[in-house]
Amino acid sequence: MSVSLFYLVAFLSIFFSLMVILTKNPIHSVLYLIVTFFTFTIHYILLNAQFLAIVNFIVYMGAIMVLFLFVLMLLNLDKDSEPMKSNFVKIAGLIAGLCLLITLIGSMKSLNISDPVILKDPDIGLVKNLGKVLFSEFLLPFEISSILLLTAMVGAVLIAKREPKTT
Amino acid sequence: MELAFVLEKFILITVIFLVSLGVAAYSTLAERKIAGYLQDRVGPNRAGPGGMFQPLADGLKMFMKEEIIPTDSNKFLFIAGPSLALLTACIGSAVIPWGPNIILGGKTIALQVADINVGVLYIFGVVSLGVYGLMIGGWASNNKFSLMGAVRAASQSISYEIPMGLSLIALLLVTNTLSLKEIVEQQHGGNWNIIYQPLGFIIFLVCSFAETNRTPFDLPECETELVGGYHTEYSGFKMGAFMFAEYLNMFVASAVMSTLYFGGYNYPGIDWVSNLVGPIIGPLIAMAVLFAKIFAFIFFFMWVRWTVPRFRYDQLMNLGWKVLIPLAIANIVISGIVITVYDKFF
Repeated sequence: MSVSLFYLVAFLSIFFSLMVILTKNPIHSVLYLIVTFFTFTIHYILLNAQFLAIVNFIVYMGAIMVLFLFVLMLLNLDKDSEPMKSNFVKIAGLIAGLCLLITLIGSMKSLNISDPVILKDPDIGLVKNLGKVLFSEFLLPFEISSILLLTAMVGAVLIAKREPKTT
Repeated sequence: MELAFVLEKFILITVIFLVSLGVAAYSTLAERKIAGYLQDRVGPNRAGPGGMFQPLADGLKMFMKEEIIPTDSNKFLFIAGPSLALLTACIGSAVIPWGPNIILGGKTIALQVADINVGVLYIFGVVSLGVYGLMIGGWASNNKFSLMGAVRAASQSISYEIPMGLSLIALLLVTNTLSLKEIVEQQHGGNWNIIYQPLGFIIFLVCSFAETNRTPFDLPECETELVGGYHTEYSGFKMGAFMFAEYLNMFVASAVMSTLYFGGYNYPGIDWVSNLVGPIIGPLIAMAVLFAKIFAFIFFFMWVRWTVPRFRYDQLMNLGWKVLIPLAIANIVISGIVITVYDKFF
């Protein structure tokens, strides 16, 4: 039951993430990306990581993708106004993509085919346990990542601020 | 056992779904009646006794109207917009505890669809999804007014989600749990969270107005500036779906506020009454009390709509970012200090 459900959801994730890059319309791409994130949420629930699932739901689907959609709606993306890419750019893109593929395949080959991690505590994904681990064992990385986010926020405010007139 | 469980949940979901649709339908009538009362006129009173069948007449009118899909619109997304709005409005009620457990023939029946231990976050997630229906519908209409409405809906919802989340954090400091069932049970015996979080409740209330797009924050459909906002191009039942979603959102938001801050289904003397009338009628009375609280909140929503004029857009943004967010952060800090001091010395 659980395994077949996993394969179904995994198929859907791959299918929708392919649709993200295969559709021509950027708005459709963003909508497919939202569906892809939703399938990730289902994956987290299957892994019994409820907190991660719901946070993925709120942050990615509820906030970040709304902003993506917001920006794309303001851009007037028509076929006529879009600059035609030259053949040189297309060939360069193809070569770069193939290089990435080779690197990925190489790194995948070095892994063992099936190396399942057995959790000591299957309830680690629940809010209470996750909070305890984050605020004791992983306190330093947690605080450092929060400082990183704060820096990004200050930087964004600084960029958005109107520059004082020099004249 | 498995089948009985599925059947029980299926019946519960169906009942909740039908009840929320009924409440939403009759909210439209109540809104017009209350508007009439506040403006010193009668309101709809032709269909049935006192206008009781007005929602049915309105629904029939919506179905009979011609469905217009603009030629240059994106057809799939044009239909997906109102559908998504309805869907996200309906799924929020899944984690709300409607009443205490009923004991029927030695079997305990929970009046809650899913008691997940991240219930508060689930509600928050569903609220943040609610904007997609408006955005997609507004964009797919291929109309500048609709697009403006969609953009306003997105920025308003993102802005007001932040103070809403921050006020919830202060509430969680008090309750120590994310499960709505446990939050309600903690408020047993007049121990309501509004006593501990009055400021948090006011912030949450203002944000609920913004998230449900109700006046004074209905900028996405501001008809004085944008014709009809995101639903300018919609007609017939798709227009009705957007309107219905708004009333459903109002119902769910009222239920959430009653549950989080006003004791849910608890009322003074609940133990005495449930001892008196037994384990089947008692929970039903508690459920009726919850619905009374919800209706009081829905009345409050309508009262504000017909009293307070619409905000200007810059006033809306100033209120969100410069007033509500600092207030919510101050609320968290004060709550944290008070709780720490209380735990340490008492």
